[in-house]
Amino acid sequence: MRVLRFLLEKEFRQIFRDPAILRLMLIMPVIQLILLPLAANYEVKDVLIAVIDHDHSTLSRRMVEKITSSGYFTLTGYTSRNEEALNLVEKDKADIILEIPAHFEATLLREEEAPLMLSVNAVNGTRANLGAGYLTSILQSFNQQIRQQWLRLPRMPDQPQIEVTYTNWFNPLMNYRQFMVPGIIVILVTMVGSFLTALNIVKEKEVGTMEQINVTPVKKQYFILGKLIPFWVMGQIVLTIGLVVARIVYGIIPVGNIGLLYLFSSVFLLAILGLGLLISTYAQTQQQAMLIAFFLMMIFILLGGLYTPVESMPPWAQTITRFNPVSYFIEVVRMVVMKGSGFSDISRQLGIMGVFAVVLNVWAILNYHKRA
Amino acid sequence: MLQQFLAFVKKEMLHILRDTRTLFILFGMPIAQITLFGFALSNEVKNSGVAILDPARDDDSRALIDRIDASKYFDVVSYLHTPQEIDRAFKSGKVKMALIFPQRFSNDLHHTNKATVQMIADASDPNVATTITQYASVIINDYQKELSPAQIPYRIKSEVRMLYNPQLKSAFNFVPGVMAMVLLLVCTMMTSISIVREKENGTMEVLLASPLPPILVIIAKAVPYLLLSMVNVATILLLSVYVLELPIAGSLALLVGESILFTITALSLGLLISTITNSQQIAMMISLVGMFLPTLMLSGFMFPIENMPIPLQVMSNIVPAKWFYLIVKDVMIKGLGISAIWKETLILVGMTLFLLTIALKKFKIRLS
Repeated sequence: MRVLRFLLEKEFRQIFRDPAILRLMLIMPVIQLILLPLAANYEVKDVLIAVIDHDHSTLSRRMVEKITSSGYFTLTGYTSRNEEALNLVEKDKADIILEIPAHFEATLLREEEAPLMLSVNAVNGTRANLGAGYLTSILQSFNQQIRQQWLRLPRMPDQPQIEVTYTNWFNPLMNYRQFMVPGIIVILVTMVGSFLTALNIVKEKEVGTMEQINVTPVKKQYFILGKLIPFWVMGQIVLTIGLVVARIVYGIIPVGNIGLLYLFSSVFLLAILGLGLLISTYAQTQQQAMLIAFFLMMIFILLGGLYTPVESMPPWAQTITRFNPVSYFIEVVRMVVMKGSGFSDISRQLGIMGVFAVVLNVWAILNYHKRA
Repeated sequence: MLQQFLAFVKKEMLHILRDTRTLFILFGMPIAQITLFGFALSNEVKNSGVAILDPARDDDSRALIDRIDASKYFDVVSYLHTPQEIDRAFKSGKVKMALIFPQRFSNDLHHTNKATVQMIADASDPNVATTITQYASVIINDYQKELSPAQIPYRIKSEVRMLYNPQLKSAFNFVPGVMAMVLLLVCTMMTSISIVREKENGTMEVLLASPLPPILVIIAKAVPYLLLSMVNVATILLLSVYVLELPIAGSLALLVGESILFTITALSLGLLISTITNSQQIAMMISLVGMFLPTLMLSGFMFPIENMPIPLQVMSNIVPAKWFYLIVKDVMIKGLGISAIWKETLILVGMTLFLLTIALKKFKIRLS
């Protein structure tokens, strides 16, 4: 036990002696937490629209007015030449082209049906889909409006109508930051846990101090514990900083029990530290450790549901996600912080995380040899 | 002179090829990224869990529930009995939306011609919430239209045509971004680290003492990474054309030329980083934190730039990857020529010259 205490003292001293690492551990998360959520906003608003009007009727002008007054669209071009509108799309100055064919109003009156053409810049599929959706629903309500006006329809509906009411729970203002901040806290904790542990151990290998420790009577479990405990503590500190920043900067107060978050992060950190340890047993140089850790982190983050929902991935990717510890933590943090989920809701994830912790650490210890 | 230079390039090549683990990752990274971004990631929302509270249990409500369940966007995962259970369903995390029918749904619908369906979305992810409520409304709307077979007068029929990407694949948006990311990573991080490593190990002095001018020593270090990047560009393009079925709409030569230009920009950046630090760890941190994150965030392929606060929008202009992303998008996907991208190209050239000048000025021939 005394050996462990000395080792811990050594590790903590090393961490505090190197201001670069310390800064990295404490200031970086704060900066990232403040900057990242500002950038990560997928909301589709202010869709740019160009109108090709071959009709030039009262109706076509009223329609354009209706579209621009909706608040979703900005009119960036109003022309009667197709090339001009296409040019705007090529320059990214228009997302949607609305083409009103010649004699639109006349056709609508005479034949009861008239076509409109929407051409959507679909390089970004999501934006295209939502933009086209907004526009179609505006056109529908415009259609309804003129129909009522021309036919003088009664106020009571003459056909069955299903009215839909919407309620948004847990985030009624649809604030994207509420959603991103908890996820980013998880990423920061993961970075500290896996990256820094792996780098720290490999550094000892590279500098040659590993051999020195190996020739001492220090047992390998003490050495490993001596490495893991400081970073476990660091991980919890980063989580705390994250929650404090979330509260001060974004006003996010966890709805659920904070104790649950720490309980989960204790187990999560064990798992992720085991991963860092495992990386360090395979890497010989810091560069290698860094690249392996980076590679894994990329997969963990991208397949973790931070940016894109796990449900929309193809089945094989969802299977990979089940072996991704980060995705469970992101899920749990969001559940507890935003919805106030309780222990019984997250017990399944907690159990799985426990299995991860055991498997990764056992693997790492088996793979760690007290030889250079 | 040339022979000496080639000898240096060869030495550097051998260094890289000897380190199989790093090499494996350098080549594996683009493949993994393209596959991940191309297949696994999409912003399209599919298979969202739906909870149903249907006290009516009549023909119309059942038909509507069947429609919802049959669509690829939704899976009905639970039937609730009391309104109190809604909260529990959301908290368990399996349900993204709850649909609540009134007591007498069919009755209301056919006798008063008006029935209300309540839709509650889990808005913790606002994007998913907006998208699924829209999908569900469309399904309900279609159902309602079928209930009234009589022809409605004065119909405006809008035909939607998706330009460039008719199947709305997310790969179209991601591939140019991944190209920018991989090239930047390989060039900036690897060059800076390989130069700083020589400093750390003390072999830099040996190199500088050689008869080759110091500038050429540095260039010889950059050349192998330029070649490596070209291999990566080829891998990415082949994968996206043959695996993701994303055709190159514009000129291949132009695309390759622009990639070389961007690689040189990234190499200059790596060079600059290597002149200001002496430790590998710090060089890695600068290239990862200082380069990678801004590239991911501010180049516009992950997050729309127009949604960011103004200071970040201004900052995005100094991120080289943003310009390269615009170029690749225009050439590869929209099929535009040099006339559409000359401005972006000039900006990249300017950045490269600027970075190179500073790096070479800062480069010290003597160590310590």
